Amino acid sequence: MQDNSQTRVVVGMSGGVDSSVVALRLKQQGYDVIGVFMKNWDDTDENGVCTATEDYKDVAKVASEIGIPYYSVNFEKEYWDRVFTYFLDEYKKGRTPNPDVICNKEIKFKAFLDYALELGADYIATGHYAQLTRDEDGNAHLMRAVDQNKDQTYFLSQLSKEQLDRVMFPIGDLVKPQVREIAKNAGLATADKKDSMGICFIGEKGHFKDFLNTYLPAKPGKMMTVDGEVKGDHAGLMYYTIGQRRGLGIGGDGEDNEPWFVIGKDLTKNILYVGKGYHNPHLYATHLSASDIHWVNTIDRGSDFHCTAKFRYRQKDTGVTVHLSEDGQQVTVEFDDPARAITPGQAVVFYNGDECLGSAIIDAAYNKDRELQLI
Amino acid sequence: MQEIHIDNSNAVKEIYLDNAATTPMAPEVLAEMTDKMANVYGNASTLYGLGRQAHTIMENSRQVIADSINAASDEEIIFTSGGSEGDNTAITQTAVARQSLGKHIITTAIEHEAVLRPLHALEEQGFEVTYLPVDEHGRISLDDFKVALRDDTILVTIMMGNNEVGSRMPIHEIGEILKDHQAWFHTDAVQTYGLLDIDVQRDHIDMLSTSAHKINGPKMIGFLYKREGINFPSLIKGGDQEEKRRAGTENVPAIAGFAKAAELLTPEAKAEKRARFHGFKEQVVKGLTANGVDFEINGSLEGENLDHVLNIWIKGISTYVMQTNLDLAGIAVSGGSACTAGSIEPSHVLTAMFGEKSPRIAESIRLSFGQQTTSAEIEAFVKNVTAIVKRLKKNHSEVK
Repeated sequence: MQDNSQTRVVVGMSGGVDSSVVALRLKQQGYDVIGVFMKNWDDTDENGVCTATEDYKDVAKVASEIGIPYYSVNFEKEYWDRVFTYFLDEYKKGRTPNPDVICNKEIKFKAFLDYALELGADYIATGHYAQLTRDEDGNAHLMRAVDQNKDQTYFLSQLSKEQLDRVMFPIGDLVKPQVREIAKNAGLATADKKDSMGICFIGEKGHFKDFLNTYLPAKPGKMMTVDGEVKGDHAGLMYYTIGQRRGLGIGGDGEDNEPWFVIGKDLTKNILYVGKGYHNPHLYATHLSASDIHWVNTIDRGSDFHCTAKFRYRQKDTGVTVHLSEDGQQVTVEFDDPARAITPGQAVVFYNGDECLGSAIIDAAYNKDRELQLI
Repeated sequence: MQEIHIDNSNAVKEIYLDNAATTPMAPEVLAEMTDKMANVYGNASTLYGLGRQAHTIMENSRQVIADSINAASDEEIIFTSGGSEGDNTAITQTAVARQSLGKHIITTAIEHEAVLRPLHALEEQGFEVTYLPVDEHGRISLDDFKVALRDDTILVTIMMGNNEVGSRMPIHEIGEILKDHQAWFHTDAVQTYGLLDIDVQRDHIDMLSTSAHKINGPKMIGFLYKREGINFPSLIKGGDQEEKRRAGTENVPAIAGFAKAAELLTPEAKAEKRARFHGFKEQVVKGLTANGVDFEINGSLEGENLDHVLNIWIKGISTYVMQTNLDLAGIAVSGGSACTAGSIEPSHVLTAMFGEKSPRIAESIRLSFGQQTTSAEIEAFVKNVTAIVKRLKKNHSEVK
């Protein structure tokens, strides 16, 4: 077996089963493993209970079971400055941001990586479901996980070569049931722990509306059709996402009895546009424009190429043609078939087969020459 | 006496430089306690032979302890669970007993939490507390103290020496001022008992709290000295142990171990310790200076300081990173108290000395020496800190 004892790997341990198994596997492979818990958000409630404290206890248990040192590090300030501020700004613009993409780019694979390097680490490892390969030229290739249900390349698509050069994803070749099995066989305390869901600062209970309202005052306004017919009131534009059906408070009406959907927002007039039917034509786009483009490696694919893309997490890939602007700062993405509910603020992530090529942040969606959603 | 074999081969082999947090038990203490645990199990408050046996051991220990601080009588010693209980009792129970005489208390900004938190609780109950400020050496001014002292002051609680930066307080001078004042004078001597020659009569100390585990004794035992004539109700209510001053069955093996640890610290032993520890401080300063490490001492090498505590600001390197790197190298130092996951509370002591904006607050570590500390360990510490600083500075310059 290869001697890994001189290679120091700092594992980002969340107190969940995935990162527990990461630490276990690396330890079994003989690496010099250190577990570090990251605290990015203070969610202490009125009773003084904080899930981070509970999770850190689990990290302590697992690290002791495996026999590795463990520490914790606090990035509350960095998270606030680099992720949460962005998150709120995007909402203020009427967009629907994806904080996990930015959290990976700015915190888990930046602030945390820097910290690990300060501890003398050669690599950091996380419990993300994704795989990394390197070609002869030293280019990192970010590949989908073996477990297609769990694949998290969508959230990792803004990482750079420099970041990926220092990263390991030791469970990307496993499916979730195997991960639990390994944890169980090793008797790890987290073997049966429930998976955590969603964004760290919103927490499990997910009273998202209340949460957002404590940071951004809601401005209620009119809900209407594109023809100007008022259908009711909205509670504040930021609470609605393109394509959303629930929570509008308007039932189907007329003979067709079709449900209503959010089809657009007008930020200046504070209007929420709604339209009837899941397949409402206002929800379908032929192409989108995006910026904040990021490629995982620097392999040149030209300025126009065909690949597949996802417009949100857990969505099937769609065939697309990518057109890069001359300066490389803008991208137009043309769809093979019209796509539904393209949402500004989300990432459009590009794939070539199993390889994640990179991503960009969606600015606008179009149906032929007409801009949709009126944001 | 049964023969006792002690195997400590499984103890973690570390360079342990956090003796202000706790100390390993002295072999003599371990032997004494193991013997008492094996052979003396009677309840010291019972009337039959086994109880009398335990009682005798306890009372002999009490005399040893009383002598160690020149108490007038062994009846002035109350065994407690440790420093926190002593501090809590002295402060909270004084307030309960004396509020008809006034509601004003004087302390310093850099006391241990076991003093500050009971005081915060009293403030919520309507007591008024004056926190004396400190200078950048961690010292209070006697003039400030004199100004703060009022007719309605009922308690002055000032530590003998600070646990984080090692500054000593003018205990004798304060005792002199207070001897003709109604205020009772309490001092937290947790860091100084075992290092300094304490004389409660000479210094006019009314109450003094200590802890055994800081002087190579067992954990969860300490004593509160309470001058004769000072009375207040027990903090812990229950049985009539300790002359009704502290309920709970006495931990006789721990008390015997504590007395043994105190007995080992003769004035000569303490003087030797102080000289040796002072030498370690100089060795650290010389070593780091020679290796070009950019640092400053928080506090001072000169003047009245505790010889076992050295707090250093290593410029540009966060406490947390330095402490973790040293731990990975097998060296234990203190970086402040981590209270919740990943959050290190900024030190109230360094904040009081340098202001909350000072970089020292996030870039300092504390070393504290103990009986087992060797010059070779200090050398290893200096070498490791130097290597860590060089590596981190190199990382930073590569990034830039």
